[in-house]
Amino acid sequence: MTGSGTGLEIRDLSVAFDGVPVLSGVDLTVEPGEVVVLLGPSGCGKSTLLRAVAGLEQPTSGRVSWDGEDLTGVPTHQRGFGLVFQDHALFGHRDVAGNVEFGLRVAGIAAEARAHRVARSLALVGLDGFEGRRVDTLSGGEAQRVALARSLAAAPRLLMLDEPLGSLDRSLRERLTAELGVLLRRLGLAALHVTHDHDEAFALADRIAVLGADRVDRIGNPDEVWDDPGTVHAARCLGHENMVTLDDAGGCALGRLGDGPGTVLLRADRLSVGSPDDGVAAVVAATVRRSGRTVARVVVADLEVRVPVDESMRDLRAGDPVGLVMGHGAVVTLRG
Amino acid sequence: MIRLRAALAAVAVLVPAAFLGVFFLYPVGSILVRGLGADGLDRLIELPGRASFRSVAWFTLWQAVVSTVLTVVVALPGAHLLARRRFRGRSLLRAAATVPFVLPTVVVGGAFLALFERLGLADGPLRLTRTAWAILAAHVFFNVAVVLRTVGTFWEGLDPRAVEQARVLGASPAQAFRWVTWPRLWPAVAAASSIVFLFCFTSFGVVLVLGGPTRATLETEVWRHAVFRGDLASATALALVQLAAVVAMVVVTNRLQRRRAVTQRVVRRALPPRASGRLLAGNLALLGVVLGLPIAVLVERSLTRANVGGFTLDHYGALADRVNLLPVSALGALRNSLVFAVVAAGLAVLVGGLASVVVVHGRRAVARAFDLGMMLPLGASAVTVGFGMLIALDEPPLDFRSSRWLVPVAHALIGVPFVMRIVVPTLRGIDVRLREAAATLGAAPARVRREIDLPIAARALAVGAGFSFAVSLGEFGATSFLPRHPDRLTAPLALFRLLSQPGQALRGQAMALAVVLMLVTAVSVLAIEGWGRRGTVRGDL
Repeated sequence: MTGSGTGLEIRDLSVAFDGVPVLSGVDLTVEPGEVVVLLGPSGCGKSTLLRAVAGLEQPTSGRVSWDGEDLTGVPTHQRGFGLVFQDHALFGHRDVAGNVEFGLRVAGIAAEARAHRVARSLALVGLDGFEGRRVDTLSGGEAQRVALARSLAAAPRLLMLDEPLGSLDRSLRERLTAELGVLLRRLGLAALHVTHDHDEAFALADRIAVLGADRVDRIGNPDEVWDDPGTVHAARCLGHENMVTLDDAGGCALGRLGDGPGTVLLRADRLSVGSPDDGVAAVVAATVRRSGRTVARVVVADLEVRVPVDESMRDLRAGDPVGLVMGHGAVVTLRG
Repeated sequence: MIRLRAALAAVAVLVPAAFLGVFFLYPVGSILVRGLGADGLDRLIELPGRASFRSVAWFTLWQAVVSTVLTVVVALPGAHLLARRRFRGRSLLRAAATVPFVLPTVVVGGAFLALFERLGLADGPLRLTRTAWAILAAHVFFNVAVVLRTVGTFWEGLDPRAVEQARVLGASPAQAFRWVTWPRLWPAVAAASSIVFLFCFTSFGVVLVLGGPTRATLETEVWRHAVFRGDLASATALALVQLAAVVAMVVVTNRLQRRRAVTQRVVRRALPPRASGRLLAGNLALLGVVLGLPIAVLVERSLTRANVGGFTLDHYGALADRVNLLPVSALGALRNSLVFAVVAAGLAVLVGGLASVVVVHGRRAVARAFDLGMMLPLGASAVTVGFGMLIALDEPPLDFRSSRWLVPVAHALIGVPFVMRIVVPTLRGIDVRLREAAATLGAAPARVRREIDLPIAARALAVGAGFSFAVSLGEFGATSFLPRHPDRLTAPLALFRLLSQPGQALRGQAMALAVVLMLVTAVSVLAIEGWGRRGTVRGDL
C-alpha cells in the first residue's frame, strides 16, 4: 500500500470555534508508510486537527493536501482517509460484518468480494469469526478492534486514529498498542495517531509531533524528540520530569548548568545515583517502584530530582545519603 | 436534483399540514366559532348558572384530583423498586405494569364491572358500580404505568451516590428520601401527576361504563348532549369549557416538564442492590391487587357460565353470532377494528414520519410549529376531536359523513403524536459521529441518509405504527361521535353496547370480547415494545 507520492501535507492550518482559535498555523507531513503520532494534553486540539484533515471540520485558513493535490473543498467521503473514533462510533443497527463491510458496500464492491475482505480485516485485528455478532455485545477492546477493522477494510490511503485506546484499561491498552504497531508496519499504511500517553507514542511512532497550545511544538523521530524536546511543554508531554529553573547566572543547586536564566532538563536516563563519594552529595527523599524499576526522589538543597536506581541499590530508604551522577548529555537546554 | 429535493421538502410540509388543518384545526375552529358566536355565547354565559353543570364540573375536577393522588401513592413504591433495586423479572414487571395503560378504556370498564360483580359489590349496601369509587379505581389502574415509567426512569437517572453520602453521614432511609431524594425527584412526580390529571380529567370510556347516567364528567356530558339528545348547542358550550380547561392544563404540564428536563442528568452507576424479599413482596402484592385482579377476574368471568358457574368456552363461540342488539357479530366488529387500525397506523406513519423529518431537519420556525401543532390532538381530548369532526365535516366541500374512512382518519390523528414522540427523539439521537464515520468510509451525504438515518428511523416508525395500531384498536371517545355505518361498528363500540345491556344474558359474551380485545392490544404493544427497545429507538409515550 506504500505510495510513491509525498503523502499528507498540512500547511499553515488554522481552525477556530466561534472565533476562538483552536489551531493556528499547524504544519505537518505524513509520508507514505509512515506512522506519525500527535502527542499532546487533553484539549490542545489534537482531535480537531484529525477532523480537519478528514474534512469534518472547516479550517479558517491553510490547506491539507495529498500527494500535492489540494483537498480543500473535497468532501469527507471522497478523501479516502480513514478515521477511528475514540468511542468507536459503531453502527448499532448493523452487526459486526455490516459495520466492517460498510466502506466496501459504499464503494460498490460485490457481496462475495466484500465477505472475503471483511473476513480478512477481522483476521487482521484478531477477531476471526465475529461477523454475525451484534455490536452491543462486544467488549470495549473488541469494539475498538471492529472500528479499526472497519477503517482498514475500506483501504484508506491514510489511517487516522483519535485516541482509539483511550477508554481501555492500562494492560489492554498496552497490548493493543503493541498489536497496532505491528499491524501498521505490516500494512505499510500511512497513519496519523493521536494520544496523550507518551508511552503509547514511543511504542508506535516513526515520528512524534508534540502539539502545544495551538501549534506543533516539536517534531522528530522518537530519539530526537526525547533527547532534545525543545520546550518545557514538549518535555512534559514526552514524560520528562526533571525541569530545573536556573538563576540569572545560569546556576542552581547542582552548579552552573547554563549561560543565563532559563530552564534546563535533566534527562533521567542520563542520571544515576551512586555512593555518597560520587558526584553531587544528595539525600533520598522517597523511592517508588514503576513497573518493577525503582525510581528515587533525591534532594540537593532546594532541588528535587527523579532518578532511576540501579537494581543493586533498590534497598535505598528515605534519608539515605547518596551521590547524584550526571552522565554525558544529561543537561538539555529548553525554551519557554 | 435540487428541484427534486425542493419538491420532496414541500410534500413533507404540506401533507402533514393539510392533514392537521382539515381534520383537527378546522373542526376545533368550528367548535370555537359556534361556541363563541351569538347563540353559542348565550349558552356559554348561562352555563355556570345551571346546577347540573356545576355538579358535573365539580365532579370532573375532584375525581381527577383524587385519582391523581391515589395513583401517585400506589405507584411511588413501585417506581422506587424499579429504579433502585435489582431483582429477577424486573423488565417483565416493568412491561406488565405498562399493559393497563394501553388497554382500551371500555375493556377496563368491563373488567371493573366483572370485578364488582365477582366480589358481590355490584348491588346492595356496599354497591360500587355506578359510584365515584369505581371510577377512581379504574383511573388508578390505568395511570399507575404513567407514574411508574416517567418517575421510575427519572429516579434511575439520579446519582445514587448522593443518597449513599447521606446514609454515610447518618441519615436513615426515610430521612435520606425526604432530604436528598425527594427534593430532586418531585419535579418528575409533579410532571407525571399533571399528565395523569389530564388523562383523568378527560377520561371518557371509563366514566361512561362505570359511572352510568348518575356519574357524569364534562366529556360524557358533551357526548350525551350531542349524540343522545342531539342538542348541539349545549354540547358545543360544554366542549368549549372542556377545551379551555385542557389548554390551560397542557400549558402547566409543559412548564413542569421543561423544569424536569433541566434537572435530568444521566449518571453511569454500579449495579443497584438486590431487592429485599419484603420490598418485593409488598410491591408485587399491591400491584397485583390494583392491576392484576381486575384482569384476572375479567378473564375468569369470560370463561364461566352465568349463574350456574363452571368452565365454558361458549362465550367465545358466541362472538361469531349476531345478537339483536348489534348490527354485526362481535367478530365482525373486531374485523372492522383491525382493518381500521391497519389503515390508521399506515396514515399515522405517513403523516407522523413526514412531520418528524420536518421537526428535525426543517427550518426552525416551521419545525417548532410542527412540533407543537402535531401534538395538539394528543393534548385535546378524544371527545374534542370526535365532536369537532361531527359538527365541522358535514357540509361540502368537506362532507365526510358518508365516508367510512373518517374513523381511521380520526384514529390516525391521535396516532400521529405517538409516532412523532418516538421518531423525533430517535432521529435527533443519531450520533453525529455515525454520520461522520460513514463519510470517512466513503459515503456521500445522500448515501449517509439512506444507510444511517433511514434504517434507524425505520425501526422507530415501526414502533410508532405498532402504538398507533393499538391506540386505534381501543379508541372509543372520538369514534363514538363519528357518523355511523351500522355494518362498520368497531369492537370497542360493540363492547360498550353489550356492557350497557342490563342483566347477565350478554355479560359472558361481552367479557369474552373484552378479553380478545385486550389480548390483541397487549400483545401488539408488548411485541413492538420488546422488539423496538432492542434497537436504537428512543423516546417514550
